[in-house]
Amino acid sequence: MTTNGKPKVAFYWCASCGGCEETVVDLAENILDVVAAVDIVFWPVAMDFKRKDVEAMADGSILACFINGAIRNSEQEEMVEMLRRKSQLVIAYGACSHLGGIPGLANLWDRKSIFQTVFHDGPSTVNPQGTEPQPKLEDHGRHVTLPDFFNTVRALDQVIDVDYYMPGCAPTPKLTLQALQTLLSGKLPPKGTVLSPDTALCKECPRIDTKPDDLAITEFKRPHEILIDEEKCLLAQGIPCMGPATRGGCEALCIKGNMPCSGCFGPPGRVRDYGGKILSALASIVGSRDDAEIVKILDSIPDPIGTFYRYSLPVSMLRRKKMDAVSSEKK
Amino acid sequence: MSDEKKNPKGAAENWEPKIVCFFCNWCTYLAADLAGTSRIKYAPNMRVVRVMCSGRIDPQFVFEAFAKGADGVFIGGCHPGDCHYQEGNYKALRRFHLLKRVLIGMGIEEDRFRLEWISASEADHLKTAVNDMVAKVRALGPLNLEIPNEVSAREVTAR
Repeated sequence: MTTNGKPKVAFYWCASCGGCEETVVDLAENILDVVAAVDIVFWPVAMDFKRKDVEAMADGSILACFINGAIRNSEQEEMVEMLRRKSQLVIAYGACSHLGGIPGLANLWDRKSIFQTVFHDGPSTVNPQGTEPQPKLEDHGRHVTLPDFFNTVRALDQVIDVDYYMPGCAPTPKLTLQALQTLLSGKLPPKGTVLSPDTALCKECPRIDTKPDDLAITEFKRPHEILIDEEKCLLAQGIPCMGPATRGGCEALCIKGNMPCSGCFGPPGRVRDYGGKILSALASIVGSRDDAEIVKILDSIPDPIGTFYRYSLPVSMLRRKKMDAVSSEKK
Repeated sequence: MSDEKKNPKGAAENWEPKIVCFFCNWCTYLAADLAGTSRIKYAPNMRVVRVMCSGRIDPQFVFEAFAKGADGVFIGGCHPGDCHYQEGNYKALRRFHLLKRVLIGMGIEEDRFRLEWISASEADHLKTAVNDMVAKVRALGPLNLEIPNEVSAREVTAR
């Protein structure tokens, strides 16, 4: 490890896909400036430092630690608790760390039902002995351990204190670079800031001028069901777009790719339950006053929880499916 | 009375359902007022929040009520066509149907969430609807949304 006085930065991943790590690489030639300004002291995906190297560091010796991924098991919990002690600033990096993310949708199940599906019922599962992961095993006198798998997925700030949030699945290289520059400048924003503009995505959407004042949807359509007009507001075409309830800053990347916003940046600051807010926005533009017809139109959204809470179930007010409801539905 | 008050298994003996009500200022709230001045008796399990219109009820209010311990949520609004603001009750109706699907998906039983159109003169309707809802929620028992601390599989196997 070098001792050249450059600020130390660490990256860590928990329950995530690796896409956030990819964003750091996507800084492209700018990564050279980053590496010139900081020392990367821990980055399991790219560099060969071990856990014991971090353990050996003094508390608070890392300037900033970027943690991506949700907290799904006991190893992740232990690691982030240690990194919290070693770091002056912790940044929840990416949707999973910020809001629970895609892995957070597993909060519709629990450990038992997930193990049942993955290790027993899966269509491609071959497991005649019915083996399941054990946290402890003794084999020929050797003791082997595995992390504990939790019932409930948590966002990073439900486990440790978090200083800043970097939204997105994944965060854009531009926002990442801005965040790094802000941290290095020493002019720190207030604790708890989400490092992206606090306005709805619609504000920066290139199609905003085609959004009608009075939307009235008579059937929600999924992107594969129609030929999408590349110029027109997606809501006006009946496609559930999460833009009205989602924080901007991504520069409408998905919409520029002719796909609706799926909400990965999470809500703007004053919203407390993202799914409730987008549910409210989409339901109120249903173009009918008839009870049965309203139900029929809303049925064209096949998976409301997966659509409205795609990235934020663990930080929603209800946080997860009721535990006893999960256990009672087992066969 | 004693029979219908019998609590389901798992509920403490003195448990009473807590129902959070969001009543529209122009209709259901006045019906509750009328029920009071007419000395109509109904189940005392409601905690009424007056809102200016059923269309003002943000799904966040409903989630918060459940998350903070309500066993049921009851929304009262004006009959179709009667909204003081023309459209509000239709918006409430649309949100209600979609919100109900989300709540069911989260394991919250259908009978815990109810929407009724009750005009200012329908104190009897209010009484019937409230009593019916309290009976149904009582039969379901406490909502029990609590998320238990993670008991590690290690401890479970050690037991």
